Amino acid sequence: MNAVDPYLTCQQLAEFLGEYYDGTLAAKERREFERHLAVCPPCIHYLESYKTTVALGKASCGSAPASEQVPEELIQAILAARRQRQG
Amino acid sequence: MANGASRPQMVGPSMPDDRELLNGLRRGDAAAFERLVRDHSPRLLATIRHIVRHDEDAHEALQDAFLSIWKAIDRFEGASGLSTWLHRVAVNAALMKLRAKRRRPELALDDLLPKFTDDGHAVDLAEPWQADGVELASRTEVRAIVRELIEQLPDNYRVVLLLRDLEELSTDEVARMLEVTPNAVKIRVHRARQALRTLLDRRFSRPELRET
Repeated sequence: MNAVDPYLTCQQLAEFLGEYYDGTLAAKERREFERHLAVCPPCIHYLESYKTTVALGKASCGSAPASEQVPEELIQAILAARRQRQG
Repeated sequence: MANGASRPQMVGPSMPDDRELLNGLRRGDAAAFERLVRDHSPRLLATIRHIVRHDEDAHEALQDAFLSIWKAIDRFEGASGLSTWLHRVAVNAALMKLRAKRRRPELALDDLLPKFTDDGHAVDLAEPWQADGVELASRTEVRAIVRELIEQLPDNYRVVLLLRDLEELSTDEVARMLEVTPNAVKIRVHRARQALRTLLDRRFSRPELRET
């Protein structure tokens, strides 16, 4: 794109959003992305709520236990299944 | 029972203790297998439960995972660390179980993606959320709603979202597990986030969720 390129559309911005958030958007596209953001409040709101969504997803699922109590019956079933396979 | 949760997660090459355990497993030692199961089951079951919610399916997936590990132990070279490898096998077992049994009604993803006019303008202009993200995340009932909404996403998208954003696996690793291209993973995770955002947007327009 050169200096007289039109702004990205909202649709193009939405397509680039994932890579922008992940920090993998190429420098040139990132500049165009930010140029659009500077003049489009709804896209700023969309970006902010997208970031909040990812954070909420992590906070919500991250609060699930990192380990679970495993019933002894299940342990025994796994050990028995191995013996059966071997036998 | 040994508590697997107290063990640090290893991401580098196998530790000396692991090498001893691996040698036992490769000899076909039943005691080594039992140690592996007791040490690692709690964490692996939690990982599987992120993907497969139903108790019976999760238990079957854990059993399948350990049988796969037993069968493939000779092929494990140790470069990625035992815990990392076990985690990968458990995720694969959970994905296989998920493919075999689809119980949940799923939302149509297209209905949850933003809509645009022919010239690329958004049909519905996004408005700022009233509640602050940090404040929302601190609320137990909001976290429960978010989990419930993630559950409603189509499996193809929900699983990618969980593997990338929760399990924090790389795009390439998720692509290998799901046997799709890295670009497909990027697209799916982005669409899953967009769909979840739409669901949250609908929820956060409810006054009771805006209250702090």
